[in-house]
Amino acid sequence: MTIDHEVLVSVEHLSKSFTGAAGDTLHVLDDINLELRAGEIVALLGRSGSGKSTLLRTIAGLISPTSGSVRYRGTELNGANPGTAMVFQTFALMPWLTVQDNVELGLAARGISPAARRTRALDAIDLIGLDGFESAYPKELSGGMRQRVGFARALVLEPDLLLMDEPFSALDVLTAENLRTELMTLWTGHNFPTQAICLVTHNIEEAVLLADRVIVLGANPGHIRAEVPVELDRPRDRRSTSFSVLVDKLYELLTGAEPGITEPEPTEATPTTRPLPNATVGGLAGLVEIVYARGGHADMPDIANDLNFEIDDLLPLVDAAAMLDLLHVSAGNLELTAVGAEFTPADIQTSKQIFAAQARSRAPLVRTICRALGASADGNLRAGFFLDLLARGFGPEDARQQLDTAIDWGRYGELFDYDTDTDEITADPAAGLFTPASA
Amino acid sequence: MTSMRTFPAQGALVRSPRNWAADVAVFVGAAALLWLVVHLISGANAPWTVEHAPSTVSTDPANLPYYAARSLLRMFAALALSLVFTFVYATAAARLRRAEKVLIPLLDILQSVPILGFLSITITGFIALFPGSELGLECASIFAIFTSQAWNMAFAFYYSLISQPRELDEASRLLRLTRWQRFWRVDVPSGMIPLVWNGMMSFGGGWFFLTASEALNVNNHQFALPGIGAYVAAASDAGELSNVLLAIALMIVMVIGVNVLFWRPLTAWAERFRVEESESAEAPRSLTLDLLRRSRIPRAVGLPLGRLVHPMDRVMAPFGVAEHPLRSSVARRRAGDWLFGLTLGMAIGYGAYRVIRYIGESVGFGEVGHAFLLGLATFGRVAVVVVIATLIWVPIGVWIGLNPKISRLAQPVVQVLASFPANFLFPLFTALLLATGVSLNIGGIVLMALGSQWYILFNVIAGASAIPNDLREAAANLQLPRKLWWRKLILPAIFPSYVTGGITAAGGAWNASIVAEIVTYNGTTLTATGLGAYIKDATSEGNSAHTLIGVIVMSFYVVAMNRFFWRRLYAISERRFSLS
Repeated sequence: MTIDHEVLVSVEHLSKSFTGAAGDTLHVLDDINLELRAGEIVALLGRSGSGKSTLLRTIAGLISPTSGSVRYRGTELNGANPGTAMVFQTFALMPWLTVQDNVELGLAARGISPAARRTRALDAIDLIGLDGFESAYPKELSGGMRQRVGFARALVLEPDLLLMDEPFSALDVLTAENLRTELMTLWTGHNFPTQAICLVTHNIEEAVLLADRVIVLGANPGHIRAEVPVELDRPRDRRSTSFSVLVDKLYELLTGAEPGITEPEPTEATPTTRPLPNATVGGLAGLVEIVYARGGHADMPDIANDLNFEIDDLLPLVDAAAMLDLLHVSAGNLELTAVGAEFTPADIQTSKQIFAAQARSRAPLVRTICRALGASADGNLRAGFFLDLLARGFGPEDARQQLDTAIDWGRYGELFDYDTDTDEITADPAAGLFTPASA
Repeated sequence: MTSMRTFPAQGALVRSPRNWAADVAVFVGAAALLWLVVHLISGANAPWTVEHAPSTVSTDPANLPYYAARSLLRMFAALALSLVFTFVYATAAARLRRAEKVLIPLLDILQSVPILGFLSITITGFIALFPGSELGLECASIFAIFTSQAWNMAFAFYYSLISQPRELDEASRLLRLTRWQRFWRVDVPSGMIPLVWNGMMSFGGGWFFLTASEALNVNNHQFALPGIGAYVAAASDAGELSNVLLAIALMIVMVIGVNVLFWRPLTAWAERFRVEESESAEAPRSLTLDLLRRSRIPRAVGLPLGRLVHPMDRVMAPFGVAEHPLRSSVARRRAGDWLFGLTLGMAIGYGAYRVIRYIGESVGFGEVGHAFLLGLATFGRVAVVVVIATLIWVPIGVWIGLNPKISRLAQPVVQVLASFPANFLFPLFTALLLATGVSLNIGGIVLMALGSQWYILFNVIAGASAIPNDLREAAANLQLPRKLWWRKLILPAIFPSYVTGGITAAGGAWNASIVAEIVTYNGTTLTATGLGAYIKDATSEGNSAHTLIGVIVMSFYVVAMNRFFWRRLYAISERRFSLS
């Protein structure tokens, strides 16, 4: 593999915003600058909502930037990027075409004759280890085999740049590992038909395992938070110290506060400055329990490994537990707090009371709802009232998500209840949020 | 590497003698079909003038098979036409942003327009188009069937296009498929299942309009086309009940035959286009398809056709790549939108002005009020049909749906009942009404229900059989009393399918009112008070102002009912009772 630093794709000052159904603007990407060069594998790593998939799709020329530009070999894109082929998370194979026809489809689009198409498709099928499956339909194949078809379909076009959108996340752990290893073997070999790879992932270890450069994206709106070069020799060893140092570093980047930005304390923040993490009570209680069982300390990569969690599974739980002061997070490590130590072994009623007290004081949206209910005439308020409030900081879907999380927490803590039919939030009489005026 | 290639079809070389039988059966069947089509088409081009047009057909049973075949040909011609329309209309609506704004609301209205009210206009037009040939009348009949099929199919295909999985769309764009390739390799296959199923349902509904359009009283002319519908009309006029029964029997055979030989194999074949990851548990199977698959003739025919794919791709390549530019000038787009909206608004405004002026100058606006009052009477009948059909068929449908054995037997029967043209039964019921002296004002309800009630039944069956077994077991485990079991489990679970059935049944009943509110048997004509009778009268007299008012008022009722009643129920069912 020679690194000649030829720039294949350059992304300049790219911003992307979507207009919601209500006419509101949702910023997804903000001022992204990025170059993809021949000979390298770049991983876009970020939590959900960081716009990493959107970034990949603007590079592919599938969606247009709101401002800024994407250039392929110097030419600004105005349609699907001619130098790329994509491998999808859900494979995106045509179920009505056989493996061979699926692989040939892109060649047919280029007007290549059936005979030439066949030879090239068979070569690609051979390369990717699909011999014998040519006349099978995707339906008949296992997930791993389907993704091989996805790879063959992309590689047969010999694109300059191979784009991969979480290509292994729909596969089981063993199959994913197997496919990753084979891909890396092909890449380090000499007949890999593309010059560069750009992949989206939310799996930290996958990023360190595959990439030469990891671009860490932050959320709201998506922006480049850090760029971490990975200079480990291939094949890479997950158990090596240098590997785990990098993994820890990426965990820290994804959980810690960003340099230069001071987040308000949960007790001070408003619902829009500190959004509720998308975590269920069951999930976050489970996480605290695990840390408790490990003696009050745990390493995040270990937990993610043991539970087979990806960062989008784990990090919201970590954030929620930190917000409620049940866990303390520092540099990829989790530590049980005093409240957390009390919360876990308590019986169900006591733990609910602890949870309620924490949520009421430390979860900004829950606190706001409790106060508003207390100030209301009869302890009832329409959910729409809070959605309007949230609309200042969130798009309609995110606002709904925030409210749903708050309702989940509030219900569990027996602070308030929500009636879907009337769309009303009602203070729980037992919580003492609201004292009826005895007139 | 090429030598290592495996062919699962290798087994085809070791064939059992049975396959020869399959080959022979397929070959003979195809040859017979070809002869039939050629023979029937030559009949359709017979010399003909309005003045000397036959007003009736012979009721000699010997002619019945020929008539039936002519009717069948009309049905398939209409189906082919509907398919072409669907491809063009739905693709335009899904791919052109501005066209969508017009085409989809238009389709929504067209679905609610009583088709039979239009026949007088279309017949006059088509006769003028083919002077001196029966082809004009033939086309009018085919057009009537087409209008009963096309809207549904176009909607189904449009929805499949806009709800195409996002990844398939992205993959097609990145592979840079041409528009032609995109349409045939992605769009049509991904819409195949809804297209086939909707085609089957619409085809079933089409029989009704075929029958109604073969024998017509339009502009004071009585027209009849050689066909099974005209045969029933003639036999009914002559009071020959036995011949009516004969036609009914043949009709049943035909409906079942088309199902077995055409729709069943097609639905079974369409399973390969299912996008879901896994096979559905109960994929439709078809003996006819098995026979075709065992024979090598389809493959022999397919091979040379397959060779045409690449040349066609090349020929159609100049139509461009199925991709839209990422960058476009906002100002230009806005200006375009504005111009488009203005032109459209002016066209609609002018059209409305002309309609209002026409009505004002010809019959006056009092007539509109009159039609609205008549509409109330028909509306009452439709409401009674829906309520009674609900009370009768919901319990029966649930019972059938919950018993897998019975529903396997009942499903095809109900499908035949639904596609059987109810107007074939009208003579029998009219004879009954005449004998008992019951007014058509009441009897019309039964006639309208004959065709439309089945939609409620088979949707309820489908809904009930889709109730997850877990829920039923949980209910049994909780020992829910009968009343609670209905209220808490069954009714909520079947609600979405019931709404779908109800909306179709109500629409069908409105359409049926045009043929059900005036009926003739053996020279006696019964008339009910209602909008359907009003439209029918207006068309036979050639009173275009009345026809126009009647059609507009009826469309208004249907659209209003859908908007203010069915759509709301549908929204509730989506929000509250969806099982997914």
